[in-house]
Amino acid sequence: MSSPSVISFVAALTLVMLAVLGKVLPGWCVFLLVTAFAKGLAALGLVLIIRSGLLSFGQGLFYCAGGYGAGLLMLWGGVNDAMLLVLAGGFVSLVLGAVIAPLLAGYRSIFFATLTLALSMLAHGALTKADFLGGSDGLNLRPPSFLGFQPASSAEAVYSLYLFACVLVVACALACKVHFNSVRGLLSLAVRDNEIRVEYLGSSVKRVISENFTAAAFLGGIGGALNAIAVAHIDPELAFWTTSGEFVFVAILSGYLSVSAVFAASIMLEFIRSFSSQYFPNAWQMSLGIFMLASILFLPNGIGGLLQRRKKRLEGSKIA
Amino acid sequence: MQLVTTILIDGLIDASWIFIVAVGLTLIFGVLNILNIAHGNFYAIGAYVAANAVGMYYSGSNPPMLGLLAMTGAALAAAIVLGPLLERGLLRFFYHRDEIVLVLVTYALFLILEDATKLIWGVNPYYAYEPYGLFGNINIGRMNYVGYDLFLVGLAVVIGIVLWLGLNRTKSGKVVLAVIHDREMSSAAGVNVTKIFIVAFTIGVFLAALGGAFTAPKISVQPGLAVMVVLLSFAVVVIGGLGSIEGAAIASLIVGLARALAIHLAPWAELFIVYLVMAVMLAVRPQGIFAPTALRKI
Repeated sequence: MSSPSVISFVAALTLVMLAVLGKVLPGWCVFLLVTAFAKGLAALGLVLIIRSGLLSFGQGLFYCAGGYGAGLLMLWGGVNDAMLLVLAGGFVSLVLGAVIAPLLAGYRSIFFATLTLALSMLAHGALTKADFLGGSDGLNLRPPSFLGFQPASSAEAVYSLYLFACVLVVACALACKVHFNSVRGLLSLAVRDNEIRVEYLGSSVKRVISENFTAAAFLGGIGGALNAIAVAHIDPELAFWTTSGEFVFVAILSGYLSVSAVFAASIMLEFIRSFSSQYFPNAWQMSLGIFMLASILFLPNGIGGLLQRRKKRLEGSKIA
Repeated sequence: MQLVTTILIDGLIDASWIFIVAVGLTLIFGVLNILNIAHGNFYAIGAYVAANAVGMYYSGSNPPMLGLLAMTGAALAAAIVLGPLLERGLLRFFYHRDEIVLVLVTYALFLILEDATKLIWGVNPYYAYEPYGLFGNINIGRMNYVGYDLFLVGLAVVIGIVLWLGLNRTKSGKVVLAVIHDREMSSAAGVNVTKIFIVAFTIGVFLAALGGAFTAPKISVQPGLAVMVVLLSFAVVVIGGLGSIEGAAIASLIVGLARALAIHLAPWAELFIVYLVMAVMLAVRPQGIFAPTALRKI
């Protein structure tokens, strides 16, 4: 099931199925999926960090940097193409992540979590006071184009954006799946188990953590840029610690064992939030909290762990 | 000179309420090894129950000064209900898990309590302004200060001294210190660790609620209080050193003065100065100013 050709086939099939699904589902549902995909990409980055046994409470920093990178390129640079904007957002976050990563690679446990939190809040405070970047109100963006195609109606715009998001998600998920099964990816799990053993075997733990953090920043940036062009708005709240908290929620619910589980958890979060805020406007956070507690208690490895257990059981019954 | 005095006094006033809240967080971390994200919620609940207590107390013809006791009683009642309930009913099930998992559990608790306060008290603001005028105005130099703000400075000093003496000069306090140093060894020596956990967590909740209760007369009590306060407390605890009361006191002063400096000299930095100090401190001295000596267990 893990050979490159099989993975590529599954990825292509998923893309086709998602494209068909977008035609069947109502517009609001398709838009909800786009925002879930954007958050899922940022959470996927967080999962990369969690695989090496660390937790970042500052993934919102890169989500925000990606959003502002894409937004400012659109407003100041006159670029309208969604692909260029998303790549620019990812690049801005990648550079930021690469600068911060060597500093953070020396920290563990709560110190890693609090330092990432502090950096994210630092960006939030600075952006809130930066009037030339829209201050606390943020900036409004224009509708994007897709490789030269400018949608004529709003329904067409939503579906084009959805298709674009699907391509991004499948490409990133595919890259992460390949990485998870590679020696470099498995080294993260070894770091999680025992750092000293990894160092004795000749690998650099700091390098593994730096690489994961930088890749996480890139994914966070892509997610932030996608979210920015979807909602056509950027503001400092993207870097606020509660935004990072949402990515933590998705990562905990999904676990660190499966890529697809991350997007399943992100979609679940968006739907719970959407329905709860409509029917119980003052209790949607409570339902998220209860959901999170239940998943920590009953699903210590998240949805991904559940999927893996099921897969192993199926393989076991086949052998029997 | 006048500006320096103003910054110092404003910083001191700010530091006082931050210390009352943050010292509870550091106590909980020291004893239970939990970085409690829900600590801000206890502050918010303290503010709400105090606002209710003030409303009820001052609606009758009671002695005005005793209103402060009503606020303290309200915070204590909240802590006595919430502390044992949450420690026994929730946190103890996760003690065997990694400390990051415990952070996530308190994050879930934060989400639950954030909405629970909205469901109980609604979304409209509450006001508890009556105690704010109890101490009148006091002139320092050419500046006029509200006596209540200076009373908070005194309250923070008293709380700090009582807590320090309680931990370092009493038998029960030394038992708590023993649990902080080595949980297993204390248990083997006959210490009831479960009881220490419940009491320490409840005191931590009480300090947060007390901070909220005594801040309530200065602010409008409304949803969203917990979100910012927990971050300020985190900054204090990280700068001072996780689990250190002396560190929390010094760090509260640093945070209070940094905020006052920013407000008076660089208003554009007001929103992020605390996180800048926190990030610099973590980069330079990750264990904080008063890092407790870590024993290496073999």
